[in-house]
Amino acid sequence: MDWFPLLNSLRIAGISTAFIFFAGLFAAYYIAKTPPVVKGLLDVVLTLPLVLPPTVIGYALLRILGPNRLVGAWVLHVFGVRLTMTWWSAVFATSVVIFPLMYRTARGAFESFDETLAYSGQSIGLSNTYIFWRIRMPYCRQGILAGTVLAFARALGEYGATSMVAGYIPGVTATVSTTVYQLWRTNDDALAFRWVTVNLAISFVVLLAVNLIEKSNEKSKPDRYRM
Amino acid sequence: MSIYVDIEKSYGTFHLSVQLDAGDETLALLGGSGSGKSLTLKCIAGIERPDRGSIVVDGVTLFDSERRIDLSPQERRTGLVFQNYALFPHMTVLENIRAGARREPDAKKRTDSVDRIVDRFGLGCLTGHTPAMLSGGQQQRVALARILVSEPRILLLDEPFSALDGHLRHRLEDELKQVIESFGKTVVLVSHNRREVFRLSDRIAVLEEGRVGAVGTREEIFRNPGTRSGAALTGCKNISRIRRKGDRLVEATDWGIDLFVDAELADDAEQKEYAGIRSHDIAWAGHANSGNPPENVYRFDVLDEIENPFSYTVILRAQGQSDAEPMQWDMDKPAWERIRTPSVDVCLPPMSILLLKK
Repeated sequence: MDWFPLLNSLRIAGISTAFIFFAGLFAAYYIAKTPPVVKGLLDVVLTLPLVLPPTVIGYALLRILGPNRLVGAWVLHVFGVRLTMTWWSAVFATSVVIFPLMYRTARGAFESFDETLAYSGQSIGLSNTYIFWRIRMPYCRQGILAGTVLAFARALGEYGATSMVAGYIPGVTATVSTTVYQLWRTNDDALAFRWVTVNLAISFVVLLAVNLIEKSNEKSKPDRYRM
Repeated sequence: MSIYVDIEKSYGTFHLSVQLDAGDETLALLGGSGSGKSLTLKCIAGIERPDRGSIVVDGVTLFDSERRIDLSPQERRTGLVFQNYALFPHMTVLENIRAGARREPDAKKRTDSVDRIVDRFGLGCLTGHTPAMLSGGQQQRVALARILVSEPRILLLDEPFSALDGHLRHRLEDELKQVIESFGKTVVLVSHNRREVFRLSDRIAVLEEGRVGAVGTREEIFRNPGTRSGAALTGCKNISRIRRKGDRLVEATDWGIDLFVDAELADDAEQKEYAGIRSHDIAWAGHANSGNPPENVYRFDVLDEIENPFSYTVILRAQGQSDAEPMQWDMDKPAWERIRTPSVDVCLPPMSILLLKK
């Protein structure tokens, strides 16, 4: 069995999760501070990928990144690099798809944060950067961790947008999910079943991890201390 | 060392307009919930931004809307202690206190000042604990240590005892009083608790609906709170509307009786719309039948009596005035048990009648 699709899926999911981790955190942090109207609007726009069919996202990405389109043509012209049909093209697709997961869980975690902790930190002279990374993040770590794992899992299984933007080129852009589809299409049922098993195993482990994180969250919730 | 505050801020329908100043002393903002006292503190600390005005601490302008000065909370160095103490829950006591010392660039000095403050607050055996493992009093001590190690210009205390059990308060008030005294600079204390305010502060500003109703030394404010809500906040249970009838005479319309008032207070009785008397200032006049009858002696019906641990609160209503508002009278336990009657002669001494603005 050629393990390339698994490795490829893992690196795509890994890179996009790492990227979206920061993007989602900062979007959640800064959008919470905007006026209500802006917040409502941005919230809708940023959550949209969660409900849109992945093929719509794939279509939109191709309209932007395709070699004859605005951004794609410019990058091709300036750097001589095609943005589609490479293994890392899938990073664009998965990033857009998993962004809302990270953004929304981070926002939920930040909303549970006791702002007086940040204020008292400012009052004793701690910098806002220190407060964000050393007080806000540890306080919200379980929620953010759960969101990250969930986003990673979703990225691993992403099919629709990935297949449109990166296609299926064996040994080049093939991921676990596109491989399963290809094998089924070519009647290689036995191998398809093996990949399905791999997929199930990964998903199982990930969901178990999320549950464990949430359980430890309930047990050691920092704001549970009483006066 | 001083603070000067003159700010305005609108919050929907609520309008805050506060002028305060204080030197090396403890100024208490006494007010009910929604009076704007905590908002004032947050404006001073830089957490909330006033619409207009200026805030100056020790000669440093922290905020000035006209000169467009608005220092960050970090630059202000106003040590604000929150009512829930806001200790960082994932850090130990020592890490919490160290966080307060981060401003000091010299590592040696930093360690020294942390060690000193840990010693001073007797936290040596608690340094490894997390806030969740501490009692309310210990949390308060850690919060004060963390603030003081950051060397603030002034100390701002927001309801310092609201998170504590009643029996703990008394001892912790003494502790806090010592902390305030050794701090030696301006302290602004916010509270709705009159006992706390009386014990801890030098001067009191009564806040009501976003405005300063009265300012004075704690003795002045408790003797003559000036306004109706000031009287209520300082524990005056009996307040009635009044109508002026003569030089020293007013009609307490809610109680259905006429009252002579102290000449000194009667002078500017023009804008005074209320009279009040504290429940313990009402005196039994049962045997006052010799010599000149004292002023303001009336017969009251006893409607009810409420037993307290060491006293009775007797509910009175002027006899023959069935529409009148009842009054509360505090009476020593043995004294009331001796005289307990269905109707009683009491005196409302003119010098104890508070004349109050709205």
